[in-house]
Amino acid sequence: MPDDLINYTLHLADTSLVMGHRLSEWTGHGPMLEQDIAISNIALDLIGQSRNFYQYAAKLINNVKKSEGSKSLSFEENLSEATEDSLAYLRDAREFKNLLITEISNGDWAKTILKLFFFSSYQFYFYQKLIFSSDAQLAAIAEKSLKEVTYHLRWSSEWVVRLGDGTEESNRRIKLALEETWPFTGEMFQDVAYEIILTKEQVAVNVSSLKNTWQNKVEKVLQQATLNYPVEETIWMQTGGKTGIHTEHLGYILAEMQFLQRAYPGCEW
Amino acid sequence: MNNDEPLWEVFIRSKQGLDHKHVGSLHAADAQMAIENARDVYTRRMEGVSIWVVESKNIHSSNPDDAASMYDPANDKVYRHPTFYNLPDELKHM
Repeated sequence: MPDDLINYTLHLADTSLVMGHRLSEWTGHGPMLEQDIAISNIALDLIGQSRNFYQYAAKLINNVKKSEGSKSLSFEENLSEATEDSLAYLRDAREFKNLLITEISNGDWAKTILKLFFFSSYQFYFYQKLIFSSDAQLAAIAEKSLKEVTYHLRWSSEWVVRLGDGTEESNRRIKLALEETWPFTGEMFQDVAYEIILTKEQVAVNVSSLKNTWQNKVEKVLQQATLNYPVEETIWMQTGGKTGIHTEHLGYILAEMQFLQRAYPGCEW
Repeated sequence: MNNDEPLWEVFIRSKQGLDHKHVGSLHAADAQMAIENARDVYTRRMEGVSIWVVESKNIHSSNPDDAASMYDPANDKVYRHPTFYNLPDELKHM
């Protein structure tokens, strides 16, 4: 159980961090000043969420280490004490448990918007459930995050409609984005081992139960955007992120994000 | 930068404030987007709790060339200030 809770918390932390880091790549490159700031704000919200989860995960890890010695831990053997920074900057790709949709490349504005919309609607329904977690800390983080995500969802939904029902070019681009990002949506609703165990204890959210609500929301927005909801059975869904199996993109993200701490351990500024 | 979206003026009311104050302008396609842009650009440091936006073209202003005839005549009308009243001693902070 401690290992499951640690893995689960890390999954939530990694998911927010990697999405936040990806979105932060738009900082200074947004299509216009207003949207550059908007998406940077969202990136910062997500990185803030990840900090809360990492701090909690670090506490859990250190508690386990104290009580059993470090022999039984499958991760962080090389670290004396876990911190939010060590968890973010000193774990390798195979240890990251983020959803794959957070790590795929940004592409153009349409692709970034669409994946953010898929992700934000998932987070919106997810946090609405996590606030009832029997784990008080996770519930508290969920409550704080939900306010932020409510805005992310509103902002990204409106952009999906704007692009889908916009010009010929914006419609063409978001259609392409739909093809590229859709295969990464299935994983959000597949419970993995640690989630199944924790769901029984009312700690984790049973993500497969969120799928219908999510589908309804997405269908409605896509319809408003004059886009067709993809016929699901025919599309292969990518999975693996939650258990550490990633696309080729994650390594590049970590290389950039972790370089400084790897090259100059303990460096601060 | 190519920006076809119209310009909007943004007014923010702070938590303690009673009035909306002009804080700047931004580009947006419609009123809703203008409010969201204003939220993202002008309230990220807790500057406000309420936003007004108005399309800049709807704001009409006085002509600076008329300044002399518009404002100078008020210069020597000190009697328009309520400073010629004798205030009762009980009144503080005036």
